Amino acid sequence: MGVHQRSKSLASRHSALSDTFFQLNVLNGAEQHDDRFPVFADKLPEGRLLPTRVDIFQVNVGKLCNQTCAHCHVDAGPDRKAENMSRETFEQCLEVLAATDIHTVDITGGAPEMNPHFRWFVEECRRLGKHVMNRCNLTIIVANPKYHDLPAFFAKNNVEIVSSLPHYSALRTDSQRGDGVFDDSIKALRLLNEVGYAQENSPLKLNLVYNPSGAFLPGNQEALEAEFKRQLLRKHGVLFNNLYAITNMPISRFLDYLLESDNYHDYMQSLVDAFNPAAVQGLMCRNTLSVSWDGYLYDCDFNQMLDLKIEAPREQQHISGFNQLAFQQRQIVLNQHCYGCTAGAGSSCGGQVS
Amino acid sequence: MSKKHYFDPEDLKKFGNIGEWQKPMADKFFSWYGEVFKEGALTEREKALIALAVAHTVQCPYCIDAYASGCLEKGADEEQMMEAVQVAAAIRAGSTLVYSTQMMNHVKNMSL
Ligand code: SF4
Ligand code: SF4
Repeated sequence: MGVHQRSKSLASRHSALSDTFFQLNVLNGAEQHDDRFPVFADKLPEGRLLPTRVDIFQVNVGKLCNQTCAHCHVDAGPDRKAENMSRETFEQCLEVLAATDIHTVDITGGAPEMNPHFRWFVEECRRLGKHVMNRCNLTIIVANPKYHDLPAFFAKNNVEIVSSLPHYSALRTDSQRGDGVFDDSIKALRLLNEVGYAQENSPLKLNLVYNPSGAFLPGNQEALEAEFKRQLLRKHGVLFNNLYAITNMPISRFLDYLLESDNYHDYMQSLVDAFNPAAVQGLMCRNTLSVSWDGYLYDCDFNQMLDLKIEAPREQQHISGFNQLAFQQRQIVLNQHCYGCTAGAGSSCGGQVS
Repeated sequence: MSKKHYFDPEDLKKFGNIGEWQKPMADKFFSWYGEVFKEGALTEREKALIALAVAHTVQCPYCIDAYASGCLEKGADEEQMMEAVQVAAAIRAGSTLVYSTQMMNHVKNMSL
């Protein structure tokens, strides 16, 4: 039946929130006085956060996507054709990967597979001996015949797949990701299982990402994983490896939803109240380098979407001027959205952190 | 201070304040309450669904709000939540109807 989008990108709606400066103003209570929350950095020892080492090279290859999910922190969508990584920028990424011992390349978007250089880039990363993770939205696999062979391509290159599935119920999934997304996601999961993903003793890993379909925090990751495994197998015969429970960040389209539905204050308050010092240790910005479609460097994909570049001299803020030593000595750029990563059991691209 | 309506959602946030007037009992209640809702033979999700059903039976708007959120957080979906409320409703209706056997006995006793 295909996917029918319920929402549009902030950019195409010319929303004030498509301006990252405006988003930061909202997060810092400059727009509304009772929305001032304690400064995030003040919650940390010495008021700062330092990196450990770079293990993960996360590259956001563009904002183009076949979906327009209501919560998308990238503000991705079919209209975002302009923001796509060029061959030249990919080559600069490969130069850095070849020169460093960073072991994992985490490819995200948008729908990364829609970038014309995607497959070539995956193969080049594999040639360099890197472990490749791809954040696949699943529906892209069945969206168009030219993507139908993606499962075989992923399997051939031993790409780890990380895919969003907000719920094992169609209603909750479609309300967040668009009508028909659940059915297409199940079709795609079956195709991935067929080529060996998540089968017993298979090296091919397929992990799912759960994020709440609304203004509430995720529950216990282990309990959710057990329930997802039971229900997906029982109802759809689908297998997967791990479930990562991720908190929705109060930025971009989810911020728009929070403001529109009058949930912003209570949601931020619940993030602040659930601040967990034990989650700070495992924050993903401590071992990740995040690269944007135009080659700029960030501490994480969320900072990228708020255009908070790494703290470095201008030329070192771009992949063409990457300096590993300086990068590892930087301070991580923090802001109020960081509460989203430290609430409860914590949240990262790999799920709960404590 | 005195409001012109009952059941202000903001009051739910003050639940913890019941200890201000009787702390030892409140402390015992909250620690027991926390223990009850921990994963045990039943999962936290199952307990949240039971709580949601009971909340409807005792018609407590605070508990309905709290456990509607709680159920979502624990991963339940709309269908499961509505089924839980249907169970509560069925027991309520059934427990009314089962009294009709008393009514039937009585009618039969006093009839020719
Ligand atoms: S959340 Fe993922 S699939 Fe959905 S619009 Fe954003 S990038 Fe696309
Ligand atoms: S948003 Fe999260 S990952 Fe990014 S800098 Fe803040 S704490 Fe780190």
